[in-house]
Amino acid sequence: MLEVKNLHVTVDGKAILKGLDLTVNKGEVHAIMGPNGSGKSTLAYVMAGKPGYEATEGEVLLDGENILEMEPDERAAEGVFLAFQYPLEIPGVATMTFLRTALNAQRKARGQAELSTPEFLKTVREAAAKLEIGQDMLRRGVNVGFSGGEKKRNEILQMALLEPRLCVLDETDSGLDIDALKIVSDGVNRLRSPERAMIVITHYQRLLDHIVPDVVHVLSKGRIVRTGGKELALELEANGYAQYQDEAALAS
Amino acid sequence: MNAEVRAMKTSAEQALAEAYAAAKARLPGNGAVQALREAAFKRFEADGLPNRRIEEWKYTDLRVLMREAKPPAGAPDAAAKARAAEAGKLAGDIDARRIVFVDGAFVPELSDLAALPPGLTVRPMAEALAAGDPRIAAHLGKVIPGDGMVALNTALMRDGALIHVAAGATVERPLHLIFAAAGTQPASVFCRSLVVIEPNARVMLVESHEAAAGHQVNAALELIVGAGAHVDHVKIVAGAGDALHVATLIAAVGARARFNDFSFNIGCGVVRNQLFVRFDGEAALANIGGASLLNGDQHSDTTLVADHKAGGCQSRELFKAVLDGRSRSVFQGRIIVQPGAQQTDAKMMTRALLLSEEAEADSKPELEIFADDVQCGHGATMGSLDRSLKFYLMARGIPEPEAEALLVQAFVGEAVESIEDAGLRDALMEQVAAWLKARGG
Repeated sequence: MLEVKNLHVTVDGKAILKGLDLTVNKGEVHAIMGPNGSGKSTLAYVMAGKPGYEATEGEVLLDGENILEMEPDERAAEGVFLAFQYPLEIPGVATMTFLRTALNAQRKARGQAELSTPEFLKTVREAAAKLEIGQDMLRRGVNVGFSGGEKKRNEILQMALLEPRLCVLDETDSGLDIDALKIVSDGVNRLRSPERAMIVITHYQRLLDHIVPDVVHVLSKGRIVRTGGKELALELEANGYAQYQDEAALAS
Repeated sequence: MNAEVRAMKTSAEQALAEAYAAAKARLPGNGAVQALREAAFKRFEADGLPNRRIEEWKYTDLRVLMREAKPPAGAPDAAAKARAAEAGKLAGDIDARRIVFVDGAFVPELSDLAALPPGLTVRPMAEALAAGDPRIAAHLGKVIPGDGMVALNTALMRDGALIHVAAGATVERPLHLIFAAAGTQPASVFCRSLVVIEPNARVMLVESHEAAAGHQVNAALELIVGAGAHVDHVKIVAGAGDALHVATLIAAVGARARFNDFSFNIGCGVVRNQLFVRFDGEAALANIGGASLLNGDQHSDTTLVADHKAGGCQSRELFKAVLDGRSRSVFQGRIIVQPGAQQTDAKMMTRALLLSEEAEADSKPELEIFADDVQCGHGATMGSLDRSLKFYLMARGIPEPEAEALLVQAFVGEAVESIEDAGLRDALMEQVAAWLKARGG
């Protein structure tokens, strides 16, 4: 489903990703782990199309189509979803308006009819209830006055409603206590499907106890330096990232 | 001050002088009113049209922006009245008592003055001036004598509303003053209203001005807000890109009164909106806000003076401007705390959102504080749309124009929130949505 080939990315003129290769098949969940500054969030942003994240070389193919030239909204319509590490607060834009605008924009881009108001409300309420998101939260501005955990739950709610093909979760565990981590992980696990690929970016192994990956990659200094099964995460938890930073230094 | 540096009248000033000379014998009013007009015109003539040499008009030079003065509008004919029959849509479908003026003249058959509730008196200003209504002598032009455009209005005022709300009365249905421009030729209109709200009364006033191509409006409204009264005033200006609208609100706010004022401007060519609010009694609360949406070559100037003469009052000011094209917004806000007005709590904020590289926003907040136990503050921001917020919306599949529209609506919405009437808020936000749609959102 996803093929990242020899991806080089610069931010503010500084090279962050330096020839990253990654293949994720549909139905798989891949974890990307690595120390701070290794390029994890850059990978997430460049896939979603954040301005200022410039791919200087390489390709990101989604079912064979290069998405790098697309606008962020076009990528979203193609089924790319980024769950933000720091979801933004948008005062004055009601959460329901935001969800409805997003859902209908994507449906329109795919040639589907807009959802009727009752259909939309029913869909949101059901999805929100599973994530323990109450009506009062839906009535507020997007993420305004939400706790860290509520913001992350709201990201997963958006993911559930938009039904992407490729989910990229950037440090979804950061700022979560153990109860919130469970709600969020259960939400993600419900969305695992043979038709969907997921990339879970995390610094810590803790999240991977809940969202068990098929493949674990270690990212260091802008490249994937090791790939293994889920046991690799445990090894990293025990030994830290020090050896990979050295390996990457040698390799570059 | 400017008389000595000015050699000759501009053609607009000349035309205004001729218009006044031709009209003064026929303008409504008894001898006292005629004397008032005469003195006012002399005051106007001394300085001429406000221009950049006058500090308060530095950013809105009417000698440049008003190249010619249109002839005063004549009385509306049947066709003009028919064209104005549907006027008032700017306020949405709020249930309000309509008081309609066509090209500045009161039109009883389009208005709804039947069965006024006890305590409410509404009288056309032309009739009140002609009849020598005692409230004119008592209040008109008494609060603030100063400004040149108010003086011009006093000299040439023809009609408007004289409204009186008796002490303790609550007027349930809002009063909607509808100013429709229906003449086929560009004309100038000088309307003047006086609203006297006695202590502990309650009323909501909506004022809507539909500007028409080439028309020039000089509107003045004086509000006397009695002690303990609760007054809401919302003014909406919309319309043609080459219309000129100069409006002045003068309010004297009594002790413990609540005064909410909102000015909304969308799509009018040149707007100068002056707000002079004076706090005469202690412990009053005022919320003064506004929003302007501009594009093309439009120019919108909000000039506010909140004069705290009495202590213990709270004033909040929030003004927002959205600018596209080569438009320009001006905000001049001054908070004055007079000697002895202790415990004043005043906060003023202005924000401009620039949607194009060529738009310009000027902001000049001022504090003049002559008391030592006060809380006063002001802030000003101007900038473009937040790129990271736009990215967040687009990452959810929302195309760029719609993402921008959502963010602009949120920006304007924060100011519009201060309007108490939900129907009116919705009506204004619908106009914002239509404006955004027209620009491609």
